Amino acid sequence: MNQAKNFTKGFVRENPVFILMLGLCPALGTTTSAFNGFGMGMATLFVVLMSNIVVSIFKDFIPNKVRIPSYIVIIASFVTITDLVMEAFMGGLHAELGLFIPLIVVNCFVLGRAEAFASKNTLFSSTIDGIGMGLAFTMALTMLGATRELLGANALFGVELIEGDGMLVFVLAPGAFIALGYLIALMNKLKKD
Amino acid sequence: MEYIVIVIGAVLVNNIVLAQFLGLCPLFGVSSKISTAAGMGGAVLFVMTVASIVTYLLSTFLLEPLNIMYLQTITYILVISSLVQMVEIILKKVSPPLYQALGIFLPLMTTNCAILGVAILVFQQDFTLLQGVIFAISHSIGFTLAIILLAGIREHMDLLDIPKGMKGNPIIMVTAGLLALAFMGFAGIV
Repeated sequence: MNQAKNFTKGFVRENPVFILMLGLCPALGTTTSAFNGFGMGMATLFVVLMSNIVVSIFKDFIPNKVRIPSYIVIIASFVTITDLVMEAFMGGLHAELGLFIPLIVVNCFVLGRAEAFASKNTLFSSTIDGIGMGLAFTMALTMLGATRELLGANALFGVELIEGDGMLVFVLAPGAFIALGYLIALMNKLKKD
Repeated sequence: MEYIVIVIGAVLVNNIVLAQFLGLCPLFGVSSKISTAAGMGGAVLFVMTVASIVTYLLSTFLLEPLNIMYLQTITYILVISSLVQMVEIILKKVSPPLYQALGIFLPLMTTNCAILGVAILVFQQDFTLLQGVIFAISHSIGFTLAIILLAGIREHMDLLDIPKGMKGNPIIMVTAGLLALAFMGFAGIV
Protein backbone atom coordinates (compact mmCIF):
# COMPACT_ATOMS: atom_id res chain seq x y z
CA MET A 1 0.00 0.00 0.00
CA ASN A 2 1.15 3.52 -0.78
CA GLN A 3 2.51 4.88 2.52
CA ALA A 4 1.54 8.50 1.85
CA LYS A 5 -2.03 7.41 1.20
CA ASN A 6 -1.87 5.19 4.27
CA PHE A 7 -0.87 8.24 6.33
CA THR A 8 -3.48 10.66 5.03
CA LYS A 9 -6.51 8.37 4.73
CA GLY A 10 -7.68 9.17 8.27
CA PHE A 11 -7.97 12.92 7.88
CA VAL A 12 -11.07 13.16 5.71
CA ARG A 13 -12.01 9.94 3.95
CA GLU A 14 -11.79 7.58 6.94
CA ASN A 15 -11.86 10.11 9.74
CA PRO A 16 -12.49 8.11 12.92
CA VAL A 17 -14.82 10.62 14.55
CA PHE A 18 -16.65 12.36 11.70
CA ILE A 19 -17.03 9.49 9.24
CA LEU A 20 -16.58 6.20 11.10
CA MET A 21 -18.22 7.52 14.31
CA LEU A 22 -15.73 5.74 16.56
CA GLY A 23 -14.39 7.04 19.85
CA LEU A 24 -17.34 9.36 20.33
CA CYS A 25 -17.28 9.34 24.14
CA PRO A 26 -13.94 11.13 24.52
CA ALA A 27 -14.68 13.21 21.40
CA LEU A 28 -17.73 14.72 23.10
CA GLY A 29 -16.75 14.44 26.74
CA THR A 30 -13.36 16.17 26.69
CA THR A 31 -13.73 18.86 24.04
CA THR A 32 -14.90 21.74 26.23
CA SER A 33 -11.92 23.71 24.88
CA ALA A 34 -9.50 23.34 21.97
CA PHE A 35 -6.61 22.60 24.33
CA ASN A 36 -8.42 19.80 26.18
CA GLY A 37 -9.40 18.23 22.86
CA PHE A 38 -5.79 18.46 21.68
CA GLY A 39 -4.51 16.88 24.93
CA MET A 40 -6.97 14.01 24.73
CA GLY A 41 -6.06 13.49 21.07
CA MET A 42 -2.35 13.33 21.89
CA ALA A 43 -2.93 10.81 24.71
CA THR A 44 -4.93 8.63 22.31
CA LEU A 45 -2.28 9.07 19.60
CA PHE A 46 0.37 7.62 21.94
CA VAL A 47 -1.82 4.64 22.85
CA VAL A 48 -2.90 3.84 19.29
CA LEU A 49 0.68 4.16 17.98
CA MET A 50 2.22 1.94 20.66
CA SER A 51 -0.54 -0.68 20.52
CA ASN A 52 -0.30 -0.77 16.71
CA ILE A 53 3.46 -1.37 16.96
CA VAL A 54 3.20 -4.10 19.60
CA VAL A 55 0.24 -5.85 17.97
CA SER A 56 2.01 -5.80 14.63
CA ILE A 57 5.20 -7.32 16.14
CA PHE A 58 3.35 -10.09 17.96
CA LYS A 59 0.65 -10.79 15.37
CA ASP A 60 2.15 -14.17 14.42
CA PHE A 61 2.43 -15.35 18.04
CA ILE A 62 -1.07 -14.46 19.25
CA PRO A 63 -3.52 -17.34 18.70
CA ASN A 64 -6.50 -16.26 16.65
CA LYS A 65 -9.08 -17.30 19.26
CA VAL A 66 -7.76 -15.11 22.07
CA ARG A 67 -6.65 -12.17 19.94
CA ILE A 68 -9.25 -9.65 21.19
CA PRO A 69 -8.46 -10.18 24.91
CA SER A 70 -4.74 -10.02 24.07
CA TYR A 71 -5.17 -6.73 22.20
CA ILE A 72 -7.17 -5.32 25.11
CA VAL A 73 -4.42 -6.21 27.59
CA ILE A 74 -1.79 -4.59 25.34
CA ILE A 75 -3.91 -1.45 25.00
CA ALA A 76 -4.68 -1.39 28.74
CA SER A 77 -0.95 -1.49 29.55
CA PHE A 78 -0.24 1.58 27.43
CA VAL A 79 -3.29 3.35 28.83
CA THR A 80 -1.96 2.76 32.35
CA ILE A 81 1.43 4.18 31.31
CA THR A 82 -0.26 7.25 29.79
CA ASP A 83 -2.42 7.69 32.89
CA LEU A 84 0.53 7.58 35.31
CA VAL A 85 2.82 9.78 33.17
CA MET A 86 0.10 12.41 32.70
CA GLU A 87 -0.71 12.39 36.40
CA ALA A 88 2.97 12.98 37.20
CA PHE A 89 3.84 15.65 34.64
CA MET A 90 0.57 17.21 33.44
CA GLY A 91 -1.55 17.37 36.59
CA GLY A 92 -3.91 20.09 35.37
CA LEU A 93 -4.79 18.44 32.08
CA HIS A 94 -5.04 15.04 33.79
CA ALA A 95 -7.58 16.45 36.25
CA GLU A 96 -9.60 18.05 33.42
CA LEU A 97 -9.76 14.87 31.35
CA GLY A 98 -10.38 12.75 34.45
CA LEU A 99 -12.25 9.54 33.81
CA PHE A 100 -11.66 9.68 30.06
CA ILE A 101 -7.95 8.76 30.35
CA PRO A 102 -8.54 5.23 31.75
CA LEU A 103 -11.47 4.98 29.34
CA ILE A 104 -9.12 5.12 26.31
CA VAL A 105 -8.93 1.37 26.87
CA VAL A 106 -12.52 0.93 25.68
CA ASN A 107 -12.20 3.44 22.87
CA CYS A 108 -13.43 1.36 19.93
CA PHE A 109 -11.19 3.40 17.63
CA VAL A 110 -7.97 2.06 19.25
CA LEU A 111 -9.15 -1.56 19.27
CA GLY A 112 -10.45 -1.06 15.75
CA ARG A 113 -6.99 -0.09 14.44
CA ALA A 114 -5.38 -3.09 16.18
CA GLU A 115 -7.95 -5.52 14.80
CA ALA A 116 -8.50 -4.06 11.35
CA PHE A 117 -4.99 -2.88 10.49
CA ALA A 118 -2.07 -3.81 12.76
CA SER A 119 -2.99 -7.49 12.95
CA LYS A 120 -2.74 -7.80 9.14
CA ASN A 121 0.05 -5.42 8.14
CA THR A 122 3.80 -4.99 8.53
CA LEU A 123 5.42 -3.11 11.39
CA PHE A 124 6.25 -0.12 9.19
CA SER A 125 2.75 0.26 7.72
CA SER A 126 1.21 -0.15 11.17
CA THR A 127 3.44 2.58 12.60
CA ILE A 128 2.47 4.96 9.79
CA ASP A 129 -1.18 4.02 10.25
CA GLY A 130 -0.96 4.62 14.00
CA ILE A 131 0.58 8.08 13.57
CA GLY A 132 -1.80 9.07 10.74
CA MET A 133 -4.95 7.85 12.46
CA GLY A 134 -3.84 9.27 15.82
CA LEU A 135 -3.22 12.69 14.22
CA ALA A 136 -6.58 12.51 12.45
CA PHE A 137 -8.27 11.77 15.78
CA THR A 138 -6.37 14.68 17.38
CA MET A 139 -7.42 16.94 14.51
CA ALA A 140 -11.06 15.97 14.91
CA LEU A 141 -11.02 16.57 18.67
CA THR A 142 -9.16 19.88 18.32
CA MET A 143 -11.63 21.05 15.65
CA LEU A 144 -14.59 20.13 17.81
CA GLY A 145 -12.97 21.71 20.88
CA ALA A 146 -12.12 24.88 18.95
CA THR A 147 -15.69 25.17 17.60
CA ARG A 148 -17.18 24.74 21.05
CA GLU A 149 -14.72 27.15 22.69
CA LEU A 150 -15.21 29.75 19.96
CA LEU A 151 -19.00 29.67 20.15
CA GLY A 152 -19.27 29.03 23.86
CA ALA A 153 -16.58 31.25 25.35
CA ASN A 154 -15.54 33.56 22.47
CA ALA A 155 -12.00 32.24 22.85
CA LEU A 156 -9.50 29.96 21.12
CA PHE A 157 -6.84 27.96 22.99
CA GLY A 158 -7.61 30.05 26.06
CA VAL A 159 -7.10 33.42 24.30
CA GLU A 160 -10.18 35.63 24.44
CA LEU A 161 -11.07 36.90 20.98
CA ILE A 162 -14.27 38.88 21.55
CA GLU A 163 -15.34 40.64 24.74
CA GLY A 164 -18.28 39.25 26.66
CA ASP A 165 -19.92 35.87 27.23
CA GLY A 166 -20.48 33.41 24.43
CA MET A 167 -23.33 30.95 23.94
CA LEU A 168 -22.76 28.99 27.12
CA VAL A 169 -24.76 26.02 25.81
CA PHE A 170 -21.89 25.05 23.50
CA VAL A 171 -19.52 24.49 26.42
CA LEU A 172 -22.18 22.41 28.21
CA ALA A 173 -23.24 18.89 27.26
CA PRO A 174 -25.99 19.65 24.67
CA GLY A 175 -23.66 21.88 22.64
CA ALA A 176 -21.24 18.99 22.19
CA PHE A 177 -23.87 16.93 20.36
CA ILE A 178 -25.10 19.85 18.28
CA ALA A 179 -21.60 21.04 17.29
CA LEU A 180 -20.57 17.50 16.32
CA GLY A 181 -23.77 17.08 14.29
CA TYR A 182 -22.99 20.14 12.17
CA LEU A 183 -19.30 19.21 11.84
CA ILE A 184 -20.29 15.74 10.55
CA ALA A 185 -22.62 17.37 8.01
CA LEU A 186 -19.73 19.61 6.89
CA MET A 187 -17.34 16.65 6.69
CA ASN A 188 -19.82 14.63 4.60
CA LYS A 189 -19.99 17.56 2.19
CA LEU A 190 -16.16 17.71 1.98
CA LYS A 191 -15.95 13.97 1.41
CA LYS A 192 -18.29 14.14 -1.57
CA ASP A 193 -16.41 16.91 -3.35
CA MET B 1 -32.98 9.33 51.69
CA GLU B 2 -29.37 9.14 50.46
CA TYR B 3 -30.40 6.30 48.16
CA ILE B 4 -33.14 8.42 46.61
CA VAL B 5 -30.59 11.17 46.00
CA ILE B 6 -28.28 8.66 44.27
CA VAL B 7 -31.12 7.36 42.06
CA ILE B 8 -32.46 10.76 40.97
CA GLY B 9 -28.96 12.11 40.53
CA ALA B 10 -27.90 9.22 38.31
CA VAL B 11 -31.08 8.83 36.23
CA LEU B 12 -32.07 12.44 35.60
CA VAL B 13 -29.51 15.01 36.70
CA ASN B 14 -26.21 13.39 35.70
CA ASN B 15 -27.61 11.11 33.03
CA ILE B 16 -24.78 8.85 32.01
CA VAL B 17 -25.24 9.33 28.28
CA LEU B 18 -26.59 12.82 27.90
CA ALA B 19 -24.56 14.58 30.59
CA GLN B 20 -21.49 12.41 31.09
CA PHE B 21 -20.95 11.16 27.51
CA LEU B 22 -20.43 7.50 28.39
CA GLY B 23 -21.83 4.70 26.26
CA LEU B 24 -22.36 6.78 23.14
CA CYS B 25 -21.50 3.98 20.70
CA PRO B 26 -24.55 1.85 21.59
CA LEU B 27 -26.64 5.03 21.91
CA PHE B 28 -26.13 5.83 18.24
CA GLY B 29 -25.58 2.26 17.05
CA VAL B 30 -28.68 0.49 18.29
CA SER B 31 -31.26 3.23 18.68
CA SER B 32 -33.03 2.77 15.37
CA LYS B 33 -35.91 0.75 16.90
CA ILE B 34 -37.47 0.92 20.38
CA SER B 35 -37.45 -2.87 20.85
CA THR B 36 -33.71 -3.28 20.18
CA ALA B 37 -33.01 -0.21 22.32
CA ALA B 38 -34.87 -1.81 25.22
CA GLY B 39 -32.95 -5.07 24.73
CA MET B 40 -29.68 -3.17 24.90
CA GLY B 41 -30.87 -1.40 28.04
CA GLY B 42 -31.64 -4.75 29.70
CA ALA B 43 -28.23 -6.16 28.82
CA VAL B 44 -26.49 -3.05 30.16
CA LEU B 45 -28.52 -3.20 33.39
CA PHE B 46 -27.40 -6.75 34.03
CA VAL B 47 -23.73 -6.48 33.10
CA MET B 48 -23.20 -3.08 34.70
CA THR B 49 -24.61 -4.21 38.05
CA VAL B 50 -22.65 -7.47 38.20
CA ALA B 51 -19.45 -5.82 36.91
CA SER B 52 -19.66 -3.08 39.54
CA ILE B 53 -20.08 -5.63 42.35
CA VAL B 54 -17.18 -7.80 41.18
CA THR B 55 -14.78 -4.90 40.52
CA TYR B 56 -15.72 -3.29 43.85
CA LEU B 57 -14.92 -6.47 45.76
CA LEU B 58 -11.70 -6.99 43.81
CA SER B 59 -10.46 -3.45 44.45
CA THR B 60 -11.36 -3.49 48.15
CA PHE B 61 -10.05 -6.92 49.05
CA LEU B 62 -7.24 -7.49 46.55
CA LEU B 63 -5.86 -4.40 44.81
CA GLU B 64 -5.88 -2.03 47.78
CA PRO B 65 -4.41 -4.37 50.45
CA LEU B 66 -1.66 -5.41 48.04
CA ASN B 67 -1.06 -1.76 47.11
CA ILE B 68 -1.31 -2.39 43.36
CA MET B 69 -4.05 0.11 42.45
CA TYR B 70 -2.11 1.02 39.29
CA LEU B 71 -3.35 -2.27 37.86
CA GLN B 72 -6.95 -1.02 38.18
CA THR B 73 -7.60 -0.38 34.47
CA ILE B 74 -6.20 -3.75 33.32
CA THR B 75 -7.98 -5.69 36.07
CA TYR B 76 -11.32 -4.02 35.46
CA ILE B 77 -11.31 -4.55 31.71
CA LEU B 78 -10.32 -8.21 32.11
CA VAL B 79 -13.09 -8.73 34.69
CA ILE B 80 -15.64 -7.08 32.42
CA SER B 81 -14.69 -9.00 29.29
CA SER B 82 -14.63 -12.38 31.05
CA LEU B 83 -17.91 -11.51 32.79
CA VAL B 84 -19.53 -10.70 29.46
CA GLN B 85 -18.28 -14.00 28.07
CA MET B 86 -19.62 -15.86 31.12
CA VAL B 87 -23.02 -14.18 30.96
CA GLU B 88 -23.19 -15.12 27.30
CA ILE B 89 -22.48 -18.82 28.01
CA ILE B 90 -24.90 -19.00 30.95
CA LEU B 91 -27.70 -17.25 29.10
CA LYS B 92 -27.26 -19.54 26.10
CA LYS B 93 -27.76 -22.56 28.37
CA VAL B 94 -30.39 -21.26 30.81
CA SER B 95 -32.56 -18.96 28.72
CA PRO B 96 -32.17 -19.31 24.96
CA PRO B 97 -35.01 -16.85 24.14
CA LEU B 98 -33.35 -14.05 26.13
CA TYR B 99 -30.01 -14.92 24.56
CA GLN B 100 -31.60 -14.67 21.11
CA ALA B 101 -33.20 -11.34 21.98
CA LEU B 102 -29.93 -9.77 23.18
CA GLY B 103 -27.96 -11.25 20.30
CA ILE B 104 -25.07 -9.08 19.16
CA PHE B 105 -25.40 -6.63 22.06
CA LEU B 106 -23.81 -8.98 24.57
CA PRO B 107 -20.31 -9.28 23.04
CA LEU B 108 -20.35 -5.55 22.24
CA MET B 109 -20.74 -4.86 25.93
CA THR B 110 -16.97 -5.25 26.50
CA THR B 111 -16.20 -2.05 24.66
CA ASN B 112 -19.10 -0.12 26.14
CA CYS B 113 -17.32 2.60 28.06
CA ALA B 114 -20.35 3.10 30.31
CA ILE B 115 -19.66 -0.23 32.03
CA LEU B 116 -15.98 0.49 32.76
CA GLY B 117 -16.77 4.12 33.55
CA VAL B 118 -19.39 3.27 36.18
CA ALA B 119 -17.14 0.58 37.71
CA ILE B 120 -14.36 3.16 38.14
CA LEU B 121 -16.79 5.82 39.42
CA VAL B 122 -18.26 3.47 42.05
CA PHE B 123 -14.80 2.92 43.48
CA GLN B 124 -13.70 6.56 43.21
CA GLN B 125 -16.70 7.88 45.12
CA ASP B 126 -16.01 5.77 48.24
CA PHE B 127 -19.42 4.12 48.21
CA THR B 128 -20.40 1.18 50.37
CA LEU B 129 -21.27 -1.94 48.39
CA LEU B 130 -25.03 -1.31 48.64
CA GLN B 131 -24.65 2.32 47.54
CA GLY B 132 -22.46 1.15 44.68
CA VAL B 133 -25.05 -1.36 43.51
CA ILE B 134 -27.80 1.26 43.61
CA PHE B 135 -25.51 3.70 41.79
CA ALA B 136 -24.86 1.14 39.04
CA ILE B 137 -28.53 0.15 38.68
CA SER B 138 -29.70 3.76 38.47
CA HIS B 139 -27.03 4.62 35.92
CA SER B 140 -28.15 1.74 33.72
CA ILE B 141 -31.77 2.90 34.10
CA GLY B 142 -30.61 6.35 32.98
CA PHE B 143 -28.91 4.76 29.99
CA THR B 144 -32.05 2.77 29.08
CA LEU B 145 -34.21 5.89 29.43
CA ALA B 146 -31.98 7.93 27.11
CA ILE B 147 -31.63 5.22 24.46
CA ILE B 148 -35.39 4.47 24.39
CA LEU B 149 -36.25 8.18 24.15
CA LEU B 150 -33.84 8.62 21.24
CA ALA B 151 -35.13 5.46 19.54
CA GLY B 152 -38.70 6.75 19.86
CA ILE B 153 -37.76 10.05 18.24
CA ARG B 154 -35.79 8.27 15.49
CA GLU B 155 -38.76 6.04 14.63
CA HIS B 156 -40.83 9.16 14.00
CA MET B 157 -38.02 10.85 12.11
CA ASP B 158 -38.16 8.18 9.39
CA LEU B 159 -41.32 9.83 8.10
CA LEU B 160 -39.99 13.38 8.05
CA ASP B 161 -38.49 15.35 5.20
CA ILE B 162 -34.98 16.14 6.49
CA PRO B 163 -32.64 18.48 4.54
CA LYS B 164 -30.24 16.42 2.44
CA GLY B 165 -27.04 17.48 4.17
CA MET B 166 -28.39 16.66 7.62
CA LYS B 167 -29.68 13.17 6.81
CA GLY B 168 -28.29 10.26 8.81
CA ASN B 169 -25.82 10.90 11.60
CA PRO B 170 -25.90 14.73 11.76
CA ILE B 171 -29.62 14.95 12.53
CA ILE B 172 -29.32 12.20 15.16
CA MET B 173 -26.54 14.19 16.85
CA VAL B 174 -28.62 17.36 16.89
CA THR B 175 -31.60 15.39 18.24
CA ALA B 176 -29.44 13.97 21.02
CA GLY B 177 -28.27 17.52 21.73
CA LEU B 178 -31.85 18.74 22.13
CA LEU B 179 -32.58 15.74 24.37
CA ALA B 180 -29.56 16.67 26.49
CA LEU B 181 -30.85 20.24 26.64
CA ALA B 182 -34.18 18.94 27.98
CA PHE B 183 -32.37 16.87 30.61
CA MET B 184 -30.48 19.98 31.73
CA GLY B 185 -33.81 21.16 33.12
CA PHE B 186 -33.33 18.65 35.93
CA ALA B 187 -30.09 20.30 37.04
CA GLY B 188 -30.09 21.32 40.68
CA ILE B 189 -33.04 19.26 41.92
CA VAL B 190 -30.85 17.15 44.20
